[in-house]
Amino acid sequence: MVISLLNRIGGWTIENLDRRGQETIFLFNCLLASIAPPYKFKAILHQMLFIGASSVFVIFFTGAFTGMVLGLQGYYSLRQFGAEGALGSAVGLSLIRELGPVLTALMVTGRAGSAICAEIGIMRNSDQIDALECMAIDPHKYIMSPKFTAAILCIPLLTSIFDVVGIFGGALVGVKLLGVNEGAYFQGLYKSVVWADVYMGIVKSLVFALLMVWICSSRGFFLYMYKVGFGSEGVSRATTQAVVMSSVTILVADYLITSIML
Amino acid sequence: MTNGANGIAIELRGLNKTFGRQQVLRGVDLAIREGCTTVIVGASGQGKSVLIKHMLGLLRPDEGEVLIYGKDLLKMNRRELNETRQNFGVLFQGAALFDSLTVYENIALPLLERTKLSSGEIHRRVREKLDLVDLEGVEEKYPAQLSGGMKKRVGLARALILEPKVIFLDEPTTGLDVKMSKEIYRLFEAMQNKLRLTVVIVSHDAPKIFKLADYIALIAEGKIQGCVPPEEFQLSSNPYIRRFVEDTMGNIYASGEIKT
Repeated sequence: MVISLLNRIGGWTIENLDRRGQETIFLFNCLLASIAPPYKFKAILHQMLFIGASSVFVIFFTGAFTGMVLGLQGYYSLRQFGAEGALGSAVGLSLIRELGPVLTALMVTGRAGSAICAEIGIMRNSDQIDALECMAIDPHKYIMSPKFTAAILCIPLLTSIFDVVGIFGGALVGVKLLGVNEGAYFQGLYKSVVWADVYMGIVKSLVFALLMVWICSSRGFFLYMYKVGFGSEGVSRATTQAVVMSSVTILVADYLITSIML
Repeated sequence: MTNGANGIAIELRGLNKTFGRQQVLRGVDLAIREGCTTVIVGASGQGKSVLIKHMLGLLRPDEGEVLIYGKDLLKMNRRELNETRQNFGVLFQGAALFDSLTVYENIALPLLERTKLSSGEIHRRVREKLDLVDLEGVEEKYPAQLSGGMKKRVGLARALILEPKVIFLDEPTTGLDVKMSKEIYRLFEAMQNKLRLTVVIVSHDAPKIFKLADYIALIAEGKIQGCVPPEEFQLSSNPYIRRFVEDTMGNIYASGEIKT
């Protein structure tokens, strides 16, 4: 009984360590393939269009409404202390340090991360990745590296768009609808946001981009390792797991980075 | 790549492989001769495709050796493995065409990624291989727009594009109707008469596939029960081979015995 239990715990531990090891080697291979020439410019541009440009619309709207809600909530909270003038500062800091990077990464995970996992999972399912290996074409270079490069370039840019649109969304509600002084809003923002805040936002968005593209692509690449099922059902479950895992990991990483950098 | 010892292209020695609690291979020994067509047959789930994946280096055995022209595949680094694989052409069971690329791009991909040929030369070679598999006017189509037989033919053209020394065909006629199967066999025969490649075919399409074979290997109970020419295979005294021959061809073929 006890030996059987120990056997199970041991088996589970070895299996999980093996998975984490393979995922880490996969990340290392993908990063190496992304850094080493020759660069696949056409494929990178194609992925930038998919991960980046096609996400602008959704990021614009998410950013605008997040900023507007922050403006609304912030106004009524600050008014209790007679500090409506600090609205710009509150909205700006919340967006640049926290909400911009986190919400952008979560939105891109939902839109592009799921598609990345499904695409690679289908390729694994239909032997396309094995076919590449048999042709002596490195799948890390051919499939993964354009996605990694595009995600790392695009997500910080999308975060910047989110932040700027959010700040103007906050201004629209705070200044135009609720009557906060326009000068106070932007002056407060200008005074309170320092380079360290922007730096934290950039670091977060880079880390989140890497986590998103790593988790989503490895879930597809190692489709059979996770024993989620076979065929289209396996791909759909892997995709769901990839999105959930990416989202949770992004939130955990957000806490860790904030606690280190604050 | 140098020739293997005694004309052996690929040799498997004492291969064991277990998936979870299921042992699929139990000490497989098999030699694939150079310039010959070896057909691996066996019932479903006996490990035919697993065997081919070991030869390609896509799976690693728990125990045993995979020698490609005398070199151990398991001891090769990434670069050596890639060099070895450049001599391989593979037609997967479902053709494994890249579904987001056109037929032309699928066939040209190995040339674009692995060689520095001009676009004109690549075009010429793609056309040549498409002619070899009797396909015309499909270059701009996507795999989803092709029939099963056409996909297999495109897969065969892609497998041949780097002019490999060894071709692996995993169930080349599965899912095809009789007419299309015959067409694939005709194409294969014509290709093999012209090129005399080392070919490994995994199939359960017995006895039709026997016509193409120089050697037939039966896998059962995780072991190779024999790798012999077709005539000898049909008259073998091995109980597994006898049962396979009876099941697929009827008693008449298993009535005689070969005396050795």
